[in-house]
Amino acid sequence: MLYRENGQFKSTYASDQQMLPILQDRIFMAGLLLFAFVAVPMLASDYLFLSLLIPFLILALAAIGLNLLVGYCGQISIGHAAFMSVGAYAAYNLALRVPQLNFLVVLVLAGLIAAAVGILFGIPSLRIKGLYLAVATLAAQFFTDWLFARVKWFTNYSSSGSVSTAPIEMFGWKIDTPAEKYLFVLGVLVGLTLVARNLVRSHIGRAWMAMRDMDVAAEVIGIRPVYAKLTAFAVSSFYVGVAGALWGFIYLGAWEPLAFNLTLSLNLLFMIIIGGMGSLLGSYFGAAFIVALPILLDQVPNLLGVSMSTATASHLASMIFGGLIVFFLIVEPHGLARLWAVGKEKLRLWPFPH
Amino acid sequence: MKKNWPVLLLGAVLLIGLVLPLVTGAAPGGFYVEVLLGGLMSGVLYSLVAIGFALIFKASGVFNFAQGSMVLFAALAVARMAEAMPLWLAIVLGTVIMIALAWVIERLVLRPLVNQEGVALLMATLGVTYFLDGFGQTLWGSDIYKIDLGIAKEPVMVLDKVFKGGILVNKEDFVAAFVAALLVAGLVLFFQKTATGRALRAVADDHQAAQSIGIPLNRIWMIVWSVAGFVALVAGVIWGSQLGVQFSLSQVALKALPVVILGGFTSIAGAIFGGLIIGVGEKMAEVFLGPVLVKAFDLAGGGLENWFAYVLALLFLLVRPEGLFGERNIDRV
Repeated sequence: MLYRENGQFKSTYASDQQMLPILQDRIFMAGLLLFAFVAVPMLASDYLFLSLLIPFLILALAAIGLNLLVGYCGQISIGHAAFMSVGAYAAYNLALRVPQLNFLVVLVLAGLIAAAVGILFGIPSLRIKGLYLAVATLAAQFFTDWLFARVKWFTNYSSSGSVSTAPIEMFGWKIDTPAEKYLFVLGVLVGLTLVARNLVRSHIGRAWMAMRDMDVAAEVIGIRPVYAKLTAFAVSSFYVGVAGALWGFIYLGAWEPLAFNLTLSLNLLFMIIIGGMGSLLGSYFGAAFIVALPILLDQVPNLLGVSMSTATASHLASMIFGGLIVFFLIVEPHGLARLWAVGKEKLRLWPFPH
Repeated sequence: MKKNWPVLLLGAVLLIGLVLPLVTGAAPGGFYVEVLLGGLMSGVLYSLVAIGFALIFKASGVFNFAQGSMVLFAALAVARMAEAMPLWLAIVLGTVIMIALAWVIERLVLRPLVNQEGVALLMATLGVTYFLDGFGQTLWGSDIYKIDLGIAKEPVMVLDKVFKGGILVNKEDFVAAFVAALLVAGLVLFFQKTATGRALRAVADDHQAAQSIGIPLNRIWMIVWSVAGFVALVAGVIWGSQLGVQFSLSQVALKALPVVILGGFTSIAGAIFGGLIIGVGEKMAEVFLGPVLVKAFDLAGGGLENWFAYVLALLFLLVRPEGLFGERNIDRV
């Protein structure tokens, strides 16, 4: 009964175009942001930050990036961790070779470099689509894996091929405690989510969605496929590149070759499928699910009170993971975001069902 | 002829790549032929996995990412069972297991997901991949196992009259190639000459039309998955006998993906030719192009094999989006 929009009239164009047109939504969002920015840093433990919250936030950003491409523009990519690695290595080299650059500038530049690479690997999408494209994007994955493992310049000639990053400092603020890292990542994520939210309801986002729904028809009504598809690849790779730079600098700190491998790519895809394609909220849900699930599965043997070898445990976890994915796809093919929407609709009608 | 120019172009480029090492004298003739044969051999094995992909995609429109895991699962099953019984019995039992597996997948995964988008089905097979990888290794163990086909492994020296030093050839390779050819011939006969094969082709052509003339879709899908399971078993036994049965076997599927897109998803001939092209191409690239690149750019080792197939397939798709033998897509609004 609390969640009603009746009585909230829109009398200006500005209020008609609000992002959250319902007052209760705005209150909820303000509360959520307050909670995330103020309460969580005070309450959470370091373990929670480092193993759950920070990976969740960074992967949510990457999932948003992938969702812009797959969910909004309909171009499937199985190789998106490639652009994460491009972002990470670009940021590493920028920070290493131009130390006076502000980290925010490094992030943006890393994103732009990833976007350029994304456009390059997006060019095939102009000719091929669907599953052919999906497999073709794997080329990006394997090529970057090889490139960063073999070309010594990218890793600054380190003998093992692994790189480690310098601590981040900007505007005199040293980001080193888990809580500070969390706040920084959260800030980036909220900012970029806002941009994405506005992008998808602008003419660019509408062009993407038209392209997704039927590309030939979209072309007929005057949307340029080259422009629409390549912007989607560029924006998506930008987001994923920034996420990759954050993943490298803030979550990993130091990483080996193949840190951004196919498994990560597949996990990103799982996130948007489980969370919901074509939904920014779904990207958050999916990231939370994929980050939390392995941690929960690790606890399963302990909970059951059975002792087993780590190999067996990891095989079991893999089985449960696979089974859950299939289960989720069967029960709710439109993802967790769909469940959320259904719940919201129910709440709006409650207590009268009609 | 004009229509085929991308194919001609690809052929020309590959041919130049093939001939160049010989012409420039980078490789002695014998060594060159060895590399060529090695490439053809791994090409045959890629083709075997790719055929499994193509079969399932043709009949049910599912892009089966789990094919590689099925190869691993089958190979593990045969390897472990062969420890307790003769090999032929293990292979027969393995076939039964793969058919049962096909039935379970069809029942539990595909049937509830009928009419979903292609990407959801792809994700479901990814789920199956994770499950099978875990299940296979829990059930059969995760060490490295051997499959002994009972063929001498010593390389044989042949043609030492023609080339200086002769060519080292594995007898097993020839047996494997022969088995693969036999399998393909059997599949072609099955598809072209039997009633079930006709039904399979009808389903591949048009699901709804096939259903409306009384072809039971579910049974057809089960048959296709069983056949794909059997192909996976053959591939698994051959690969396993050469490399040992271990987890990395399931990664072979990743090599078979560019093969299927190069050849065209729906074409068995495409899978075979694509496999051979990619097998030879990547071996040649690794052996002859690799050292050149390493020297030129000061790389930390070659490893071109890891991406060459994909980049080749990608470039090829740019000029011919439907692959070598795929059906041309005509878009209608």
